[in-house]
Amino acid sequence: MGSLGNLASSGTLTQILVGLSRTTILFIVSSGLTLILGVLRIPNIAHGSLYMIGAFVACTVIQTLGGGMPAFWAALTVAPLAVAALGFVLERGFFSYLYDREHLMLLLLTFSFALILGDLVKIVWGAEYRSVTVPAFFQGSAELFGLPLPYYNLFLLLVGPVIAVFLWLVINRTRMGKIALAAAVDSEMVSAVGINVGWVFAFTFVLGCALAGLGGALIAPMVNISLGMDHSLIMEAFLIVIMGGLGNIWGALLGSLIFGLTQSLGILAWPQFGIVFPYLAVVVVLLFRPKGLLRSTW
Amino acid sequence: MNGRRAALLLLLAVLVALPHALPRFYTYVAAIVLLTGLLATSLNLAIGYGGIYQFHHAVFYGIGAYGTALMLTRTALPAPLGFVVGPLAAALLSLAMGVVCVRLSKLYFGMLQISLGSLVWVTVYRWYSFTGGDDGIHGIPLPDALGSTGGAYYFTLAVTVLCLAAMRRIAASPFGKTLEGIRDNPVRSAAVGVDVRAHQLVTLVIAGFFGGVAGTLFVVVDTSVFPDMMFWTFSLEVLIMCLLGGMYTFFGPFAGAAAIVLLRVFASHYTSYWSLVLGVILTLVIIFLPDGILGYAVRRHRAGEARSA
Repeated sequence: MGSLGNLASSGTLTQILVGLSRTTILFIVSSGLTLILGVLRIPNIAHGSLYMIGAFVACTVIQTLGGGMPAFWAALTVAPLAVAALGFVLERGFFSYLYDREHLMLLLLTFSFALILGDLVKIVWGAEYRSVTVPAFFQGSAELFGLPLPYYNLFLLLVGPVIAVFLWLVINRTRMGKIALAAAVDSEMVSAVGINVGWVFAFTFVLGCALAGLGGALIAPMVNISLGMDHSLIMEAFLIVIMGGLGNIWGALLGSLIFGLTQSLGILAWPQFGIVFPYLAVVVVLLFRPKGLLRSTW
Repeated sequence: MNGRRAALLLLLAVLVALPHALPRFYTYVAAIVLLTGLLATSLNLAIGYGGIYQFHHAVFYGIGAYGTALMLTRTALPAPLGFVVGPLAAALLSLAMGVVCVRLSKLYFGMLQISLGSLVWVTVYRWYSFTGGDDGIHGIPLPDALGSTGGAYYFTLAVTVLCLAAMRRIAASPFGKTLEGIRDNPVRSAAVGVDVRAHQLVTLVIAGFFGGVAGTLFVVVDTSVFPDMMFWTFSLEVLIMCLLGGMYTFFGPFAGAAAIVLLRVFASHYTSYWSLVLGVILTLVIIFLPDGILGYAVRRHRAGEARSA
């Protein structure tokens, strides 16, 4: 009886850790989304497409360089940079002229971008799904309380906090970050003291896009990379951002944790409806705190 | 005014004659255009007239369709009852969601609404034993009169015309005018004694009901339902139909719906990249014609009238 109870609880623990590693991806993508939402006030639906493009770019890089650790690191570098470059073009070419539009219009505009980018991905990479294997270094599993936890999941568990600390440093310890923080609250005032808000916005947008690309690159070895992977993720990322408080990075972290954990525990408790629990959690949170858990910058 | 009535009658005559002139596939497309137009118009009641951020309207479309489909496949009750149950279920859901959402203002309303809608979607998506899960339900049995493409088309046409007339009456009624007042200035409306939340709630229920009717009509025309009908991307597509046609005109969303459905059918004939085409058109419309194509035409028309007067 005792050993059975142990097994159940350590199974729960593995499930939680696997859930947490998925949370990392959710956090990276939704922190980019919330950054853009908080500072630029753009509800960017194309963020999911950028994530998908990140995954496809990573796949191409890994396949071109023939796998292995160097190829994997190259993919983790190139994918965010490529997506960031695309974000820069989008921001300078379109959004910089449209900041004063209604949110609803911006929402629909970014949705049209998502439609365009989705088809461009189809043109460039084709409609078939692709997959890359986890680099040999990360293959295999660690033993954790007698149960296996894949090394790649362990790696993701480490990446999450690193990104969180990195974002904290960028926002609180760099001049650009502090200006962006101020611009999120009152962009008119920031521009009145002689700061070029346009470039702050461009910087924030590009950083947010790079995070989407990084999320895509990190998920690439774990899933089938396919058209349509943007749709389900962007919905989840939006719900996480809403749950956490618009524009709040720590809200995105908290939201991702709630989303990822309710999902993995939900699957454990009731496999068929596991995926329903995170959505239920979002509704419950919003019923009690309609503006999200943490303070929004809006 | 008389010219407009004549134009509407002419359009109606064309719609009645359509199945005789077109092959079956295009009759089917025409029916889809009609019910999608009804769906967009019902959303516009909330978002265009009421200024309510109904981001996930497709949920009511889906529930209307599923309600009817489940009644027709899982019960032996008469079919007309199923046609009533679908829209009523949608209205009821809209009431339940509305009650918790109307406490909140614009954006927060939209956010709670989209989360509740996603919860409904994911439940339908996973509940294999009841809703068929992501496969949906196919080959739904219909009464003989609606079994043919022509029969389904005429039923759709009749119901759509009735619903549009009803919605137009509602929009033009004192209730509709009050609603527009709330949209333009909720604080002032409340100050003169209008119960803002009650008006918004009633609007949501009406919009949900007619959205559900559109879903029921989809079952009649397509004899199937699937969870993608209530996926959030479809809600955005319906929003885009409203925007494309013009939110501040009654028939704008209908025109937008027709444009998008037809564009999809015809563009996908020539290219597999039809969403690229749609995306480019939308981007241009949003940047250059923010009040929609019909809204732009109306504005030009009025400006022309003002000049000649």
